[in-house]
Amino acid sequence: MAHFTKATSVKDWLNQRLAIEKVEKVMASEYWIPKNINFLWAMGLILMITFVLLLVSGIFLLMYYQPNVDTAFYSVNYTIMRDVDFGWLWRHVHGVAASVVFLIIYIHMFTGIYYGSYKKGREMIWLSGMLLFITFSAEAFSGYMLPWGQMSYWAGMVITNLFSGGSLHADFLVEWIRGDYVPAQAFLSRFFMLHVLLLPLAILGLIGLHFAALRIPHVNNQDGEEIDFDAESKKYLAGDKVGSKVMRFGNDFLSKDMMVVGIYLIFFFYLVFYHYGFAMDPVNFDPADGLKTPAHIYPEWYFLWSYEILRPFSTDIGLMAFGFAQVIFVLLPWLDRSPNTVPASRRGLFAIWFWAMLLDMIVLTAMGKLPPSGIFSTIGLVAALTFIGLWILLPIITMFEKKV
Amino acid sequence: MKNKEPLILAVVVFFTLVTYYLVEPFAHSQMHKHVESESFAYADLPAIQKQGDVTRGQELVMGAGACTGCHSINVVKVPATMEPQMAAASYGVNPPDLSNAGAIYDPKFLAAMIKNPAHALMVEHKFDADAGKMHPMVPFYGAGGDIDQEIADMIAYLQSIAVKAEEVTPIMAFENACGRCHAVSYENWTPIGAKPNFKDKKDSLAFDIKLLEYQDSLKAYMGKTPPDLSMYIRSRGEHYVSTFIENPQSQLEGTAMPRVGVTPEAAEKVIEYLQDAGDTKRHEREEIGMSVMIYIVIFALFAFLWKRKVWKDLH
Amino acid sequence: MGKAFGAVAAVGAVGSLVAMKRTWDPLPSVKAAGFTTLDMSIYEENKLVTEKWRGKPIFVLKKTAEMVAKQTEKQKARDIVIGGAHYMVSIGLCTHLGCIPAYDAGKEGFLCACHGGQFDFSGDVTKAPPPRGFDIPPFKIDGNLLVLGEAGPEYMKMKETGITL
Repeated sequence: MAHFTKATSVKDWLNQRLAIEKVEKVMASEYWIPKNINFLWAMGLILMITFVLLLVSGIFLLMYYQPNVDTAFYSVNYTIMRDVDFGWLWRHVHGVAASVVFLIIYIHMFTGIYYGSYKKGREMIWLSGMLLFITFSAEAFSGYMLPWGQMSYWAGMVITNLFSGGSLHADFLVEWIRGDYVPAQAFLSRFFMLHVLLLPLAILGLIGLHFAALRIPHVNNQDGEEIDFDAESKKYLAGDKVGSKVMRFGNDFLSKDMMVVGIYLIFFFYLVFYHYGFAMDPVNFDPADGLKTPAHIYPEWYFLWSYEILRPFSTDIGLMAFGFAQVIFVLLPWLDRSPNTVPASRRGLFAIWFWAMLLDMIVLTAMGKLPPSGIFSTIGLVAALTFIGLWILLPIITMFEKKV
Repeated sequence: MKNKEPLILAVVVFFTLVTYYLVEPFAHSQMHKHVESESFAYADLPAIQKQGDVTRGQELVMGAGACTGCHSINVVKVPATMEPQMAAASYGVNPPDLSNAGAIYDPKFLAAMIKNPAHALMVEHKFDADAGKMHPMVPFYGAGGDIDQEIADMIAYLQSIAVKAEEVTPIMAFENACGRCHAVSYENWTPIGAKPNFKDKKDSLAFDIKLLEYQDSLKAYMGKTPPDLSMYIRSRGEHYVSTFIENPQSQLEGTAMPRVGVTPEAAEKVIEYLQDAGDTKRHEREEIGMSVMIYIVIFALFAFLWKRKVWKDLH
Repeated sequence: MGKAFGAVAAVGAVGSLVAMKRTWDPLPSVKAAGFTTLDMSIYEENKLVTEKWRGKPIFVLKKTAEMVAKQTEKQKARDIVIGGAHYMVSIGLCTHLGCIPAYDAGKEGFLCACHGGQFDFSGDVTKAPPPRGFDIPPFKIDGNLLVLGEAGPEYMKMKETGITL
């Protein structure tokens, strides 16, 4: 049993019981971060802050939201938007943050791909990150159902229909997911449960895993440099702050993190108050009507690329292509056969692959929203085939990559 | 070592903006028809050439024009001939009270309306006189004199009894021009008027029955029940609503909704009414938005100063 | 500088607490429903009617001339007089533990079934355990109408003299 002595101060009392000094060292002052990183490394904290904004605004929305097909739309658009003091603020923050969080996730993801931060012991970081992406996607989708507007209803209809598996006609599965033949009360209640309980729990757990996965391999850096963290941290602690290649997370890197967060929040709140239309689709301000499909149905922008991979093909091939798109990013650490953990710019063909993939996903995103006719459907088909082709090429081009 | 951060930032911003442009402005321009506003000029309707005379106008409105056979004019104590649901059963929709028609509607439109309602309302596809389908409002064929002079007189009279143009309130404009077909439940408005706060359930149900009867007639007349407009300012946006009011056919060809012929000022009041219903907290949003923006700039500034101080020792 | 930044961040956090507090406030629609208007001309003598105000039962009893004549000064002080008629208007909850007592028109008094507390026709306590008579809701006399939820001069006087809490 541990030995306790009479505490000399509150800090000492806590220290004996919770080892707060040690925790502070492990989490902040002796959590060593390479110096040669840029602001893209602040995306993690930005995601954390955005998640907190979603959580807090969500709590206040939850106080007045009613998960009932007859009252859901009213509770959101009348009670929350008109009656509740600052209800509109929580809704706007929640809606905008739900959209912006995906922009940051994509930046975070492509940063990882560019700098090779999924290799050499960092596979678990990538894997837990991809699991977070998937749970965030499910969280976004389930949340989109809750206002029970036209887009909620029809997105619910279309996306759950995907589970029929095309020619397999697994209608029982679709009905099982919905708890009804169409999206109705059972569907709204269970998606409400998923959105406010099960998925947030999963996200919290996965965030823990994502952070833990970072401890042993350490944060990557922008030059692909192998840093001896023990030696460099000794140097820092010995007083050679300038000469050391590493810095403390707190407050050294944290101060830069907060600076980037500050700039991000200017952008974020501008969107919340003055430019929210992109995140709160006008069509969803019409109440759900199961007998009238809106003229254009499209998912939120962050789902468009995978939606577009589904669209240009016949049902079965489309579903297979869609399934492929959903899992393929998870396999990146194993599809990239190169031993190099350096920025893409120094990896020859991989640099071309990286920019081609980024551009292709932007094209897919754009085509996913446009009406699927004429030139747009042709471009969409080419972009979808390019996407699949690029992933087939990846192991081949990386296998022949020269070691740097 | 060269600082690459500005370049990286430029790349991130560039791709973000390109994606935004493609999925928002560009995609929406491809999905929706763009309709320019014509500033409520009603250029297709002829201008009124004659100078109207109020006294003669009054005689016509009350007498030979036969307006008061269907329309009430509450301001001069001409009551409605029947209750709204009965009027709707006869005409399809409750005819508007004319007290403020002179202030809410464009005079050119009023003139065209008196002469040929189906034409002024742009519903000739529904009411084709040649095919024997008459609009429920009987056209004015003249009282024996110069018909254009007589119409000018009637309009002069309607304008003389109406409130001044700047006194038209949002609810006044909305009720007259839109509110006899459309409900706005978030403002407690029904097509037969604001629903009172009944203490007795029986009274409340009686009101609902009247409303349902009214809406049945309206549905038969319009082809479908006109939608509740509570959230239209957010589901359609100001530009769409405004151009739709100006000329429904321009946005939705073949729609049963008539052109309502409001003046530009009255149209603004209608929009304001819809904003109060569907975007009630917009003023608060802008005010709070400004304070939050100022605060967050200060926050970012202090974060920057802190970073600069901490990093001075690192390089 | 770190402390200054911390202070700025704290200001923001406190600012957001204001919004959070206001979101917890009762809704305007709830507050608007906090007023009940009673038309006092409809009540019959010695017949207890239970109205509702802010979710609570409100006893309204129009007193007979005989009751008015025999009542003590203390009982009279609890009366609300409208158009010459005397009324007992009070929150119909036993001041002991909040049960709703029943009125016996024959005995002209209330009996609480929970612990046997008794009240007279003026709502004053006649038998323990209740510590005091029925509480009287804030009211304002407006002609023939009684508005519950708004404190008029007659109510303020009752409060000052300690007739109700």
